[in-house]
Amino acid sequence: MQISSKDLRPYLLVAPQTLTFLFALVLPIMAIVIISFWDFNGFTSVPGFTFNNYLGIFSSPVYLKTYLNTFKFAFLVWLVCVLISYPVAYYLAFRIKSSKWQTIWFLICTVPFLTSNIIRMISWIPFLGREGLINKALIGLHLTNQPVEMFLFSDFSVVLAMVHLYALFMVAPIFNSMMRIDRALISAAEDLGASSFNIQKRIIMPLAAPGVAIGTIFVVTLVMGEFATMRLMSGGKASSVGYLIKNQIDSLQYPMAAANAVVLLAITLLIVFGILRIVDIRKQI
Amino acid sequence: MTTDARKARVTGASSTIPATGSIQSALANAAAGVSLRQVTKKYGPVTAVETITLDIPAGYYCCLLGPSGCGKTTVLRMIAGHEEITSGDVFIGDRRVNDIPAAKRNTSMMFQSYALFPHMTVWQNIEFGLEMQKISDTERKARVGEMLELVGLSHLSNRKSSQLSGGQQQRIALARALVTRPQVLMLDEPLSALDENLRVQMRTELRRIQKQFGMTFVQVTHHTEEAFSLSDMVVVMSHGRLDQVATPSQMFKAPASQFVAKFMGDNNIFQGKVRHCIPEPASDVDVIELEVDGIGSLYSQGYAVPLGSTAACSVRPDLIRIEAIGAGSGQPNHRVNHVTARIVSIEMTGYVTRITLMEEKTGKDLLCKVRTTDWEADPYSEGQVVSLRWSEGDCVFLPH
Repeated sequence: MQISSKDLRPYLLVAPQTLTFLFALVLPIMAIVIISFWDFNGFTSVPGFTFNNYLGIFSSPVYLKTYLNTFKFAFLVWLVCVLISYPVAYYLAFRIKSSKWQTIWFLICTVPFLTSNIIRMISWIPFLGREGLINKALIGLHLTNQPVEMFLFSDFSVVLAMVHLYALFMVAPIFNSMMRIDRALISAAEDLGASSFNIQKRIIMPLAAPGVAIGTIFVVTLVMGEFATMRLMSGGKASSVGYLIKNQIDSLQYPMAAANAVVLLAITLLIVFGILRIVDIRKQI
Repeated sequence: MTTDARKARVTGASSTIPATGSIQSALANAAAGVSLRQVTKKYGPVTAVETITLDIPAGYYCCLLGPSGCGKTTVLRMIAGHEEITSGDVFIGDRRVNDIPAAKRNTSMMFQSYALFPHMTVWQNIEFGLEMQKISDTERKARVGEMLELVGLSHLSNRKSSQLSGGQQQRIALARALVTRPQVLMLDEPLSALDENLRVQMRTELRRIQKQFGMTFVQVTHHTEEAFSLSDMVVVMSHGRLDQVATPSQMFKAPASQFVAKFMGDNNIFQGKVRHCIPEPASDVDVIELEVDGIGSLYSQGYAVPLGSTAACSVRPDLIRIEAIGAGSGQPNHRVNHVTARIVSIEMTGYVTRITLMEEKTGKDLLCKVRTTDWEADPYSEGQVVSLRWSEGDCVFLPH
């Protein structure tokens, strides 16, 4: 049978995406999965097939603690992001009536995100530190005699920096969901006797839920893979899986790092699938 | 009526309700009238509604009719409480409601887009208002069930609103609005989202439910036919003012202003100067002679106005007789209106044939509508010059 150039056309059209996906996503992940079953002899990785890496992860209290710590930060950052972003999105979507000002305010929200992550993070240090602005202000106001230590290199500073880094990823999808809510629904609910609390609870929240879900996916996946913020803002005190993987790579323990990456990926995917099962986000895209 | 429309009517009638006693009496007892006293609405410097005074009696179906931007929706929203009143008073029954929030006015609104809650089922949508009123579980169940039966959609109670057709959505919106037993039901262009057949069907159904329960309905529409077919009372608005308040048949026969005559569509309107007012001893109206540029005198019936003032007269397209030139000469009554015109086009639209003409001297466009059977018995052809006649009694004087 002869194949004409016409028959190949659709394959040529899908080739770029297919190749990109293949080389940038599928092959690297396959490589990681394969390497996660290799052995490590103290100096270098040895090809093979062993479950030791995974057994190590699931049996070691240190790993367990690191994973729990990662979950803790993911949850805290997510919670603070939702608490901050929902009102911000609500204000932008419902309280600001002109679409011009909505755009302007939304752009203002994005301004901090035009600077680099690292700079945004580091700029907290002179603010929060022992000799930082907050402590100077507190001492100046005689609210405390000596600098408060908990502001910097603590869980607090880690969460603060991460919320600062990722809040917009929550604001944007919630705002998007809220903008899709037909304003007549609010009038209808008012007409039927709903209080503003009930309008919020029964109408706006359920309809904005897909936005919260999308924001949650963004924030959770970003925080789960974090290592730089964790390292910098905790002063090396707290650890995360991402930071652990980075350390293992630095010491050439590739199989261990790969196994951790696979576990982390699996957990993150489970969370995402869990969210997608609860909330239907298809209409939002 | 076309076959489809007839079919639609039959379907509409077939979903007739087993009128449950409790709902019947509850809705009938609830009905209240609406009064607007010198109501004005301003948006900054723009006046949307200007000192309107209007009484809608209890149990009436009232349509607010007018082009977009005339203020009709604003009036409706002020009655419902979704819009603040700048000055004046709104009464529902004998209760002044200016400062009462929408939720407490005992009115319900049906929105143009229906505004069904997309994340709730049909049942939950209807139940919502009762839940907000903190009505007990058992009564809620009974009343929602009753309402679903009323609109004939009990079998869809577990569907989401996005899974319903336009007509079904409309019925659910109606059920949701009626379940709280409002004193007045507001309808904001309720039929505009439906296709032609469904519109006629739903129109019949709205009117049937309104009559059956003796409720007060206030509806906004820009569709003259819809307003005429539904209401006991038509209110025409333009530029934030009332132009005419009348029954549909009064308004059809005697539009009160040039705006109303034009808005009803198809009326032939002639502008001119008042030359004579001739009192008619036998009736309470006068015959008014209007001097129309290029055409001459036209006679119409109306009330006396100062001589020399600018005014107009209007004649319905179905009241003009088309005759061959010279056929009617030597008329005994010299007050019969008469113009000569050339036939521009003939459109057979079904029961009626529309004949567009151009007046010979002024080039003014005129329209006649003749029953197709009559036209075919005595046809003229395009391009032919004919004589148009109508009596002064068929011609309405429009002072402004």
